[in-house]
Amino acid sequence: MLCSQSTRDDLETTDVLIAGVGGQGILLASEILARVCLRAGYDVKKSEVHGMAQRGGSVTSHVRFGKKIYSPLIEKGRAEILLAFEKLEALRWIYFLRSGGTVIVNDHRIDPITVSSGSATYPDDIIERLRERTADVNLVDGIGIAIRAGDLRTVNVVLLGFLSEFLPINADLWRGVIGETVPQKTVDMNLGAFEKGRELVCLTKRSCP
Amino acid sequence: MIEFLSGNEAIARGAFEAGVRVATAYPGTPSTEILENIAKYDGIQAQWSPNEKVALEVAIGASLAGARALVAMKHVGLNVAADPLMTISYVGPKGGLVVISADDPGMHSSQNEQDNRYYAKFAGVPMLEPSDSQEAKDFVRSAFEISSEFATPVLVRMTTRVCHSKGVVRLGETCNSPSMGYEKDVRKNVMVPAHARLRHLALEERRKRLEEYAERSPLNRTQMGDLSLGIITSGVAYQYSKEVFPDASFLKLGLTNPIPKGIIQRFAEKVARILVIEELEPFLEEQIRALGIEVVGKERIPRVGELSPDTIRSAILSSVAYSENPSSSLPARPPVLCPGCPHRGVFYVLRKLKFTVTGDIGCYTLAALPPLNAMDTCICMGASIGAALGMEKALGPEISGKTVAVIGDSTFIHSGITGLIDAVYNRSNITIIILDNNTTAMTGHQDHPGTGRTLKGEPTVSLDLEALARAVGLRSVRIVDPYDLDATEKAIREEVLKDRPSVIIARHPCVLLTKERYPTPKVDTEVCTGCKLCLRLGCPAISISEGKAEVDPFLCNGCGICAQVCRVHAMISGRT
Repeated sequence: MLCSQSTRDDLETTDVLIAGVGGQGILLASEILARVCLRAGYDVKKSEVHGMAQRGGSVTSHVRFGKKIYSPLIEKGRAEILLAFEKLEALRWIYFLRSGGTVIVNDHRIDPITVSSGSATYPDDIIERLRERTADVNLVDGIGIAIRAGDLRTVNVVLLGFLSEFLPINADLWRGVIGETVPQKTVDMNLGAFEKGRELVCLTKRSCP
Repeated sequence: MIEFLSGNEAIARGAFEAGVRVATAYPGTPSTEILENIAKYDGIQAQWSPNEKVALEVAIGASLAGARALVAMKHVGLNVAADPLMTISYVGPKGGLVVISADDPGMHSSQNEQDNRYYAKFAGVPMLEPSDSQEAKDFVRSAFEISSEFATPVLVRMTTRVCHSKGVVRLGETCNSPSMGYEKDVRKNVMVPAHARLRHLALEERRKRLEEYAERSPLNRTQMGDLSLGIITSGVAYQYSKEVFPDASFLKLGLTNPIPKGIIQRFAEKVARILVIEELEPFLEEQIRALGIEVVGKERIPRVGELSPDTIRSAILSSVAYSENPSSSLPARPPVLCPGCPHRGVFYVLRKLKFTVTGDIGCYTLAALPPLNAMDTCICMGASIGAALGMEKALGPEISGKTVAVIGDSTFIHSGITGLIDAVYNRSNITIIILDNNTTAMTGHQDHPGTGRTLKGEPTVSLDLEALARAVGLRSVRIVDPYDLDATEKAIREEVLKDRPSVIIARHPCVLLTKERYPTPKVDTEVCTGCKLCLRLGCPAISISEGKAEVDPFLCNGCGICAQVCRVHAMISGRT
């Protein structure tokens, strides 16, 4: 599935798993995605866990949208898209992706305490292992783009911009929700980050208009 | 009007629509956001109580005064509040009284995964189980209607996935429920034996009326589909089951105590085979089997952990193909104490001293994990102090020289105070370290009686931990800053040797709250020997790169503990 040229029945359920490290802004990103889907007229459910998991642990947020959604949880092997804010977390959750689905992974490494303390090794073949699951692996320099957009903290909006090109939803809905969700002073910067994320898809995927 | 709400936000909205006047809670995952959201409604008196027992008692008082009252807690909180629950069921509220129990199947953030549905049977109160955010809101209103009609407290049983999943909710109007006012009624409200015997009879009569009500309640819904398979389910398990068996016939129970026996029997007559799909214990299954109905249940559906569409699919249907979880071979990413966490210094010292540490519930429980490995027990809120006292009683007073209890400020106020009194009263020598970060951090920084602020943000009297310890008879009470490792170690070494109980208050506010920040320590790579001693702090900001210590300036808050730990002085703290 590429850009906005979806051939899929728009009313079928689409599952997007967002993964990363506690503190990376995963919950804000999934909130924006869910509200965009809602505004596009879909039924939406989103699930995440608070508490212990947020102290730098591995965090996921499940977003499901379609005509009618029952389960708030995505089933293993059925996610259409995995959006990972960190490389190791992409690999940790890849088994949720359907075969041939899309991976969008932020080119960022955060060592877990098991690695920094020397008891485990950070894998050096993450992208290759992701490709075993699907050919559609998109490595995004989210931090570099965010810094160029004006602030490191816009990295989640850069990634959402990239993601937006893979979903059959009008970009104006995204812009509207982002404008309402991020702090007022940062709206222009975040909208700029969103566009930079979108542009990157067209730079890397030839078939964009 | 529609909104996109979590189950907890929906409960708060339901409380508003139901005309709740008083709402209380003690924070606990996954229930915390219920009161945080109720507090946003001006017309509701919302408060944090020191613990769940007090929270329920306040709600009981409000309901006896004729107002609608709601109390929220996590599942283990209801253990603390079980005492008033069992007897308010006899008394019955005057205004409506609803108790929200947020269970945590899968133990995302809890010490056990007890199934609180048994409390409804135990206390003889009706129970509702919402399966999504819309029902969470609607069922609160229904719960108050049942509470008012039958003069009973009502339990609303939530689970983590209902609490923390968001969905579309159609809002309703708020209803006006003015307080009916207090009326003295000694025979109903004073539970001395002679009165309580009569009230138990009243409870049994109420139970019969509720059984009749269950048969006509709109909360129980039958959806006939394929008659070869009938599924009886409740809560979020309904949503999962609909996903896996979209064509089956369903009996979805919203009111799960008492169960609607007639509806279940009629459903069973129509379908060829019955599956009971419920999370945790066979609560419904055993009652349905007792009706003489054959079902498939816990012999297939796991009794342990959280359900999901995956677990149901693989438990019931054979030849399910989904990928195995490969993540077991990957480096784990466990939650850790944050960079700059003031608890870290205390546990580093305790580990260094090789002490036995009885622990408690909070962020600091993470110190039990590697590399700190500095905790020996964790049972429930407040248990650290009693456990240390019990060890001393079993092993003799000499073990007090190498044993401490650690407990957070919020947990100490919740249920540590009585343990402290026990230690003084029973002539113990134990040392108790109160980890005072001036907040309830683990659940997301809620205020408590020691912070000087209420849930509504009003200034209030701040509990003085030092004065409290002295008032219950402690003669050794001292305060240390856990950012100062030498002072912390000295205090612990001295206090454990005293032949009387001691309290050390390790006081430093949570850095997530204060955003306290100093320059990142510099590592002198010429001096660093790569000994990795600093890694024993378990600080996420510190790693070893090319054989030398490295500090990540984005993560580091500059607390400087690593510089104090370094034996060769290769780390130069930015704090002055």
